[in-house]
Amino acid sequence: MNPSAQALQATFGNAIGRVVDARGETIVYVTAARVRDVLAWLKQTPGQDYDYLVDVTAVEYRDRERALEVVWNLRSLASRRDLRIKVELDPRGTLAVPSVVDLWAGANWLEREVFDMFGVTFTGHPDLRRILMWETYAEGHPLRKDFPLRGRFSRSEQVRQALNVNPEGHYSLEELAIAESFDELPAEMRDRLARGQRDQIANSE
Amino acid sequence: MKHLETVKGSDNWLTTKFTALVNWAVNQSRANSLWPMPFGTACCAIEFMATAASRFDLARFGMERQAFSPRQSDVLICAGRLPFKLAPVIRRIYDQMPQPKWVISMGACASTGGIFDNYAMVQGIDTVVPVDVYVPGCPPRPEGLLYGILMLHKKIKGEDLFDPSLRTEHLLNDKGLRLPPEQIDEISEPFGNSVHQFRSA
Repeated sequence: MNPSAQALQATFGNAIGRVVDARGETIVYVTAARVRDVLAWLKQTPGQDYDYLVDVTAVEYRDRERALEVVWNLRSLASRRDLRIKVELDPRGTLAVPSVVDLWAGANWLEREVFDMFGVTFTGHPDLRRILMWETYAEGHPLRKDFPLRGRFSRSEQVRQALNVNPEGHYSLEELAIAESFDELPAEMRDRLARGQRDQIANSE
Repeated sequence: MKHLETVKGSDNWLTTKFTALVNWAVNQSRANSLWPMPFGTACCAIEFMATAASRFDLARFGMERQAFSPRQSDVLICAGRLPFKLAPVIRRIYDQMPQPKWVISMGACASTGGIFDNYAMVQGIDTVVPVDVYVPGCPPRPEGLLYGILMLHKKIKGEDLFDPSLRTEHLLNDKGLRLPPEQIDEISEPFGNSVHQFRSA
């Protein structure tokens, strides 16, 4: 059992739920309201030093009664310890947890992926856009259990929407290397880049 | 050479139709110096690289020059699965290629969607661009791709330069599709074990 689990229970009291030891890996359940404090404490407290955010992900179970879990995998490089923090959310309610991008910059894309695939909102995220599916993707969040395997639209509608996407719009202006020379670009290209692809596709027929 | 006949009694004379001679000469040179535009997205691209490398040696068929630029290529080889996010990309590459142009769909995923009958994958690139040769396999061995390329050679050699329909640009229609929607839905229908899954949850 990871000693950080006891330290968390001592510090945060009833904000900490179950502590599970699964085959030598420690899982700590935390309430959604305090998870940011817990993660910040784990990163910044001397002796804890969880400086590496391995992954942020989410799990939805086939059992509809079970909660949707958002998972943070932490590692302390100095003390070589792993810790898994989980928050349970009601899959039928609002899915929102605080963002930790200001603690670990690497959380940026990980949180975007969880948002894209599960529809979990990370409050305070600087740029919460879809990352795997394109921005105008309108069928929902593919890894949710109520999402049909083949998507919600007919194949022809999916092809139509896909072909109408502007491939250059996959990137925000900051992600493009030409961002600094924006003012020197032709007016038409400036306009296209500034709009992204947000106004490209009309809604489905 | 079926259009050429030697005049009896002389080895130095040939008679043929002018159009047949032009067809023969141009198609022969086109077929034997195809410049491929490789569009490799998955494991089929590994087999494509093996085909281009020394053991199977694509250069034997005049294809040693990989274009990597649609403007200087004749044949688009889609090697691997095509997700919906890449559909506008391959469409733009196809539109940028100059006529005459051909497309080889390499492997099960490019041809039909393969095992990926899901929300993210195009169910056959023929719903996006016209395809000339489908190479089956998962992935096809280099021999399979070479066989497909030789079939494309045959097709090119049978083309008639004076047929204007060969040079028609196949653009997307006003609905933003290449085919009627019903046809795309039909092409994308599941088959085999996956028919037991349903569209709605």
